[in-house]
Amino acid sequence: MNTYDTFDYDVLVIGAGGAGLRAAIEASAHGVRVGLICKSLLGKAHTVMAEGGVAAALSNVDERDNWKVHFTDTMRGGQYLNNWRMAELHAKEAPDRVRELEAWGALFDRTKDGKILQRNFGGHKYPRLAHVGDRTGLEMIRTLQDHGIHQGVSVHMEFTIISLLKSGDRVSGALGYDRERGRFNVFRAKAVVLATGGVGRAYKITSNSWEYTGDGHALAYRAGAELIDMEFLQFHPTGMVWPPSVQGILVTEGVRGEGGILLNKEGRRFMFDDIPDLYRNQTADNEEEGWRYTQGDRNARRPPELLTRDHVARCIVREIKAGRGSPHGGVFLDISWIKEKIPNAAEVIKKKLPSMYHQFKKLADIDITKEPMEVGPTTHYMMGGIRVNADTQMSTVPGLFAAGECAAGLHGANRLGGNSLSDLLVFGKRAGEHAALFAKEHGFETIDDARIKSIVDESLRPFERTGGENPFQVQYDLQDMMQDLVGIVRNEAEMQQAVTELKKLQERAQNVKVVGNREYNGGWHTALDLQNLLAVSEAIALAALQRKESRGAHFREDYPAKDDQNGKFNSVVRISADGQMEIRKDPLPEIREDLKEIIAEMK
Amino acid sequence: MATVSFTIFRGNSPDTGGFETYSTETDEGMVVLDAVHKIQAEQANDLSVRWNCKAGKCGSCSAEINGMPRLMCMTRLSDLPLDKPVLLQPMKAFPLIKDLVTNVSWNFDVKKKIKKFKPRPPDNADGTWRIAQEDVDRVQEFRKCIECFLCQDVCHVLREHRMHDEFIGPRFLVYAAALEMHPLDTEDRLPDLKNSEGIGLCNITKCCTGVCPEEIHITDNAIIPLKERVVDRFYDPLHWFLRLFKKS
Repeated sequence: MNTYDTFDYDVLVIGAGGAGLRAAIEASAHGVRVGLICKSLLGKAHTVMAEGGVAAALSNVDERDNWKVHFTDTMRGGQYLNNWRMAELHAKEAPDRVRELEAWGALFDRTKDGKILQRNFGGHKYPRLAHVGDRTGLEMIRTLQDHGIHQGVSVHMEFTIISLLKSGDRVSGALGYDRERGRFNVFRAKAVVLATGGVGRAYKITSNSWEYTGDGHALAYRAGAELIDMEFLQFHPTGMVWPPSVQGILVTEGVRGEGGILLNKEGRRFMFDDIPDLYRNQTADNEEEGWRYTQGDRNARRPPELLTRDHVARCIVREIKAGRGSPHGGVFLDISWIKEKIPNAAEVIKKKLPSMYHQFKKLADIDITKEPMEVGPTTHYMMGGIRVNADTQMSTVPGLFAAGECAAGLHGANRLGGNSLSDLLVFGKRAGEHAALFAKEHGFETIDDARIKSIVDESLRPFERTGGENPFQVQYDLQDMMQDLVGIVRNEAEMQQAVTELKKLQERAQNVKVVGNREYNGGWHTALDLQNLLAVSEAIALAALQRKESRGAHFREDYPAKDDQNGKFNSVVRISADGQMEIRKDPLPEIREDLKEIIAEMK
Repeated sequence: MATVSFTIFRGNSPDTGGFETYSTETDEGMVVLDAVHKIQAEQANDLSVRWNCKAGKCGSCSAEINGMPRLMCMTRLSDLPLDKPVLLQPMKAFPLIKDLVTNVSWNFDVKKKIKKFKPRPPDNADGTWRIAQEDVDRVQEFRKCIECFLCQDVCHVLREHRMHDEFIGPRFLVYAAALEMHPLDTEDRLPDLKNSEGIGLCNITKCCTGVCPEEIHITDNAIIPLKERVVDRFYDPLHWFLRLFKKS
């Protein structure tokens, strides 16, 4: 039997991006002992890659903005599938969460009178995103990290959790291994917060880092928690497409916020060709008005490039499929054209979009101040995830909380850009606070050694196989399959095929072989992560099959229209008593009357 | 496409480890990290490599490429001589874990010892401050740092002289500069910089600036101004003379 060390924490936070760090800081502030698990090194989590900004109705740039407008924008963007209470809390609390970061040392770009500057972004009616050039995520994670290390949080770096532990119905801890030596550790905890991010690594083309293997989704699912809205996976419209090795790397929406336009190979601004009814009143009908909007003209309406991500991504796919794409299978995104409008355009671009300039110059030999970029959709964000109580962030398993991308509800069928960073802060704080309160009312449970032994044995089995398969190959095949069959444009036949393919992949994953020993072994880590990728892939496919309409990020060519009669439900996935994945529909909860009125008012 | 060879350090100790050479097919636009991943997936499943974003934003994949400290994800094969094998080694300033991965935890311990941000009281009743963009810009250069620790790796005080106990290294001098020059900060870090943090050990050879993937002017904009502040405070004859009176 493997021996293991045990750590005891009142609150164990799994994941150290924005949500996890914010949860750990908050729990610690409530006077409980907090452990923080990082899959990588501290400060490297995916939040670091967020670019455009954090959405909060500070109304520093346009005084017409307030929480009600932000709330309505979020609900409209999510096609009204959002958890309305989360959307309300988020819109109300985001400004305080952003100002708090400043008190912890964050330095946002400023307005002329020295307040936090805000920029335009898709689906936001007014300039709302507090930002630092195009590296807002770095500023945010570093601020939280540098503040957090002085708050008495115990940090475990390069640790991966492979199972949650339960006593009866309640969560009682977690089991994981350290990457350096491959030793197992048990964390006993009175409450656990999952903040593990997304699932992008289930797809071939993604903006997500290697960690994004759906760990939190899968851990919660196996522990009996419900997942909702898993069919809603956001494909960001603009990822790099060339050269092949950088395919999928994100090109911030901030490029379009600063005046960047999308063109097909004929030089046509194709976004003007299809403007959805829901947004017609808010969208410019000529190029001049769109330009004025990006330059802060309060009477202008947004250019169609700043429509919601689901719509922009589909328009790009349409152009590519019709043969009007760019040479490497994308479309053109041009910011250099603003030199026709302003004298010092190159300097403005470098100042406002420094990492984009750097990224294209270094990786693609493109000078974005002089020539257009080639871009195409990339798997970016999972709207679906662990079902939580809006106020406390507790999942359907007592003592198990979730926040950030691995939790679901706020974004509904489609997330607005900038609403993720604010989500992390608002609900990270709430999860940390309520996990601490829960921990104060509950004790430690005894850990079942037999259960630990069986999980450890199972996770070491790939080392014992002599004839198994290469885990990397299984992962590549899964990524190709999900990209082809459950991608941006979906249909019944392909998704049925995906379900069949997933069964085969699950069998192959049971038979992977790992070479070498347990020290920092990428093959072993991939073999273990595969289990999580397969679970979330199955949930995505089942939920996408069940929703026979097109809404938000979920687009079906066999059901291309929205179906308001039959589409107003949340898809709920959970594990059945015999270990199978089962799916059902839950009707949407009725929106509170006063919020309904706000939505009607702002139509 | 072309076949390229890579000679990669393998092992969990500098004494018992050694180099292995792998050949792999390469594609247009590939970076070193792509090639390492390909080798890992196809030929050496247990090859250890640390990485996250593959976009130059997280600073995880630091290594030494043909002897130069660089990010593997931002080094294109087309910028390297490919007629001979590309040499890949782990960073030398930190203890080896295995293959291309080192134990960089010392950096996290150092950071924790630097006095934290301490803002002046808010300017406004709602708890907010007014800050000019110029004041933000000056510090933002330092806050761009992605903590790849390449500057620490190349610094001879750490790399050759192993003075990890006396010197915090360029990364944390940049961190201290970001705090000291933060428009809201009121803490005094100069005594620590002079004493426990060893700013005097830097003899401004600018090696750190040369390897910074974020192109931060580490020496000119962070270290030299901090050195000047330390000199003004502790070595300026007039200040020294005035301090005598303060003490009495």
